[in-house]
Amino acid sequence: MDAHGNTHAGVGHVMRRRVLFRVLAALLILTYVTVAVTSFDFGRWNLAVAMAIAVVKASLVLMFFMHLKYDKPFNGLILVVSLALVALFIVIALDDTRHYQRNVIPGYAPEIKANTQ
Amino acid sequence: MSDHAHSPHLQHHFETPQQQFDAGKLGIWLFLATEILLFGGLFCAYAIYRANHPEIFVYAHQFLNKYWGGTNTVILLCSSLTMAWAVRAAQLGQRKLLVVLLSLTLLGAVGFLGIKYVEYKEKWEHGLLWGARFAPHVEGHGGEEPPLPKAAAPAPAPSASAPPGSFVVERSAIRPAPPGPAGTVIAAEEQEEHLEEAGIHRRPANVQIFFSIYFLMTGLHGIHVLVGMGAILWILVRSVRGDFGPEYFTPVDFVGLYWHLVDLIWIFLFPLLYLIH
Repeated sequence: MDAHGNTHAGVGHVMRRRVLFRVLAALLILTYVTVAVTSFDFGRWNLAVAMAIAVVKASLVLMFFMHLKYDKPFNGLILVVSLALVALFIVIALDDTRHYQRNVIPGYAPEIKANTQ
Repeated sequence: MSDHAHSPHLQHHFETPQQQFDAGKLGIWLFLATEILLFGGLFCAYAIYRANHPEIFVYAHQFLNKYWGGTNTVILLCSSLTMAWAVRAAQLGQRKLLVVLLSLTLLGAVGFLGIKYVEYKEKWEHGLLWGARFAPHVEGHGGEEPPLPKAAAPAPAPSASAPPGSFVVERSAIRPAPPGPAGTVIAAEEQEEHLEEAGIHRRPANVQIFFSIYFLMTGLHGIHVLVGMGAILWILVRSVRGDFGPEYFTPVDFVGLYWHLVDLIWIFLFPLLYLIH
């Protein structure tokens, strides 16, 4: 349906208006869900739930608003590679911080205060 | 090159409009990848500080209004729709609709920054700022913010002796390591109990870290919104002039991709900053 039901004028893919509005509706519903879900406590899964919803929303934007679904796969590959590099960066840096003594200074890290003397 | 009539928009170094369009799009996606890497550094800082000091984030996020944040999310999502629709209008040669949709997108950006201004102003007034500038003084905030320890009570005016913005690492602010395990620790706990009884919840140390991250992430995002507004204004002027149609809509499409990326970043910033629990 999508490939032939859409008008092709010149280069590029023309999104159907109906699809655009459905995507917006889904995004708004998911925004409501992500706010509403904060009244439930999933313990350590809170962050995972919030991020899962964000990833779904981001995918919708990428696929439809940004035309990736109809695009050359290479553009999608660039995106995936950049995301993978960010993930690698965060995972390695995060892992690195775990290898230090948590409180080198007893109590806490020094508190920085404005000089008011 | 004049042997066949071709589009006036086709640059001489491209064979076909399709090739030109694909090359441009590849370039834009590469640019977006660098943007993702740019923000990736800040997301990394966020991840490390939140993983190591979750109490700071749980405590500090209550100073962000999730309804303002939610409203801004809705505004950005709607402006993403008008932008995507604008690309469609350009592709179909609907010139008036294109102008209207780009104007609406621009309006969304203005609305977003307007709300951001209200939020920033509030934080500025309450001293909820970054690093050494963090000097909270929140009155009548539902009693959530504990009264401040004597030294920091009113907003300290930048004194004459210290140039504004200078800071010292105050060693004295560190609770001394208990010399004998029993005595001091119990004293501290007792003190805490007294505070709890008085309805005062301890503010974790180094809350300013959250606000540093908050201002850096939303600030960089805000700058992107500003740049996006400039780009949208540029294609708005060109669309009023009638530059775009089915033959040539590349700038609209590419500015659109950039605008959606701004939206994408916010989709992650909103739950990460406003909806911590």
